[in-house]
Amino acid sequence: MSDNKILEEPIKNGFGKGLAKAAQEDSNIVALCADLTESTQISLFKKEFPERFIEVGVAEQNLVSVASGMAKMNKIPFISSYAAFCPGRSWEQIRTTICINNQNVKIVGSHAGLGVGPDGATHQALEDIALMRVLPNMQVFAPADSTEAQKITIAIAKTKSPSYIRLSRQPVPTFTKQAGEFKIGEGVRLKEGHQITILSTGTATWHALQAGLKLKEEGIDAEVLHFPTIKPLDRKMIIESAKKTKRFITVEDHQIAGGFGSAVAEVVSEEFPIPTIRVGVEDKFGQSGTPDELFRLYGITSTNIIKKAHQLIKKTS
Amino acid sequence: MQDKTLKQLEKQAEAIRESIVEMVEHAGSGHIAGPLGMSDIMTALYFRIMRHDPKDPTWSERDIFLMSNGHCVPVQYATMAHAGYFAKKELLTLRQLGTRLQGHPEREALPGLENTSGPLGSGLSQACGIALSLKIDQNKNRTVYITVGDGELNEGQNWEAIMLAAKYNLDNIVAIVDRNNIQIDGPAEQVMPLESLKDKWESFNWHVQEIDGHNLEAIIDACAMARAVSGKPSVIIAHTIPGKGVHFMEGDFRWHSGAPTHPQAEEALRDLRSMRGKIIYD
Repeated sequence: MSDNKILEEPIKNGFGKGLAKAAQEDSNIVALCADLTESTQISLFKKEFPERFIEVGVAEQNLVSVASGMAKMNKIPFISSYAAFCPGRSWEQIRTTICINNQNVKIVGSHAGLGVGPDGATHQALEDIALMRVLPNMQVFAPADSTEAQKITIAIAKTKSPSYIRLSRQPVPTFTKQAGEFKIGEGVRLKEGHQITILSTGTATWHALQAGLKLKEEGIDAEVLHFPTIKPLDRKMIIESAKKTKRFITVEDHQIAGGFGSAVAEVVSEEFPIPTIRVGVEDKFGQSGTPDELFRLYGITSTNIIKKAHQLIKKTS
Repeated sequence: MQDKTLKQLEKQAEAIRESIVEMVEHAGSGHIAGPLGMSDIMTALYFRIMRHDPKDPTWSERDIFLMSNGHCVPVQYATMAHAGYFAKKELLTLRQLGTRLQGHPEREALPGLENTSGPLGSGLSQACGIALSLKIDQNKNRTVYITVGDGELNEGQNWEAIMLAAKYNLDNIVAIVDRNNIQIDGPAEQVMPLESLKDKWESFNWHVQEIDGHNLEAIIDACAMARAVSGKPSVIIAHTIPGKGVHFMEGDFRWHSGAPTHPQAEEALRDLRSMRGKIIYD
């Protein structure tokens, strides 16, 4: 990654800045944290708006339902913890007190995915996309970098919908466009191509893009599509690309069961069935290691994506 | 509504009990003992204590009522209907397809419901969120009333909320524990002992009162005291008899859930009618 000389930044920084910015414009925004103020970067908000900040302690179930009560009173609560704990521990409270209750709470799950690294399996949320996208009323987002995290935070603060944003811990290249507002529900075409499509979400998109560029050097014209919104998913973009390339590879730092790849497979199997390979964690838990070691071991790398692309093209040619 | 005498309130509670028996029998499922036991508390709240307007459920200065023990919602529906939120005949739609009276309360289904509940243990957290918001908005007029089941206190989330309410001095919360000592698997003290419950709340820095949950005057006085307390949240442990007024249901955990048959319902209604004016409220 460092070869590209692109600024690397933890994605949570964008969230922290976005929240502080959104809160300057809307005094109804409140923030709640469960003893992880610094590591989720909600600290920027706390510093600027101490009267609108609530510290609930290590209590993720309470975190969720207190926020539900505040949303009832027309506040716009942003709540944050590690994704392994919220939504991990507090899923039923999210289902009942936010989703069935239809309250406008924004859940920010940080430290998601293998990129958590040395903390190991317990802290590497690999199931959160599945847990959140199955809930009616919930929107689901996974930004690729700090810039996009900031834009998503600002955009969802203006909606009335319960929302989940998935953030990774490790510093990642900042490569998405600075200009323009975030458009909820729209995929982003990073590279046009006609032989195969690589579809990805979150920080895995960087690997997808690198794979697409390297494939071009190898004479394969791959399309690269990034989906910062997992729900509502940009079905139109998926179907159009399926009809064009007829080969899909999905990539995510998450279990392949129930996650982004499953969401894409649901669309194509209903609308335009084509061979689809899902790259992600294959029904295993993570473990301690550096993020790069773990991505290599579990195959969430541009090298593995390229390998899968060759396999798929060979199989379908 | 504000002017009902204690005698009139007693009559009101009895009428609500009759509605509960009729609606749960008609629904063919649901919970009956808890609602019968909470009828006096709910009557006191809706007909005397709370500031609310059945004709304007979204009145911006209303007090807020949450039923955390959502399975007891038949008593809330019955009380709301008797208070004029909707026609009493709608009570017979309980639990039917398309009804506004869902098996457990759903906020968006019925105007006047303030939250969705059923899965136990999250009401106090929501009450904290509402109370915190009122504090942020510097609104000192509005109070959050919440009922919590005693078996429900087995859920750990309650104690997270109890700590938070004390931390933020949420004196605009009045919690009422329906201490009826039954839950699905048996007597509450056998399933999971809570005693000394008063000491537990006190040690979490709440203002605690313990009352007879069938004594309307005691309920009204305890809520007035709770509102007057400054700097800490208040809880009223209300001792109630589940199935109150129906002799074969009183105190029997097997009536926690399940609807009476038609003959049982008729017997229950006879009981309630013969008890009219005899249920002891002292």
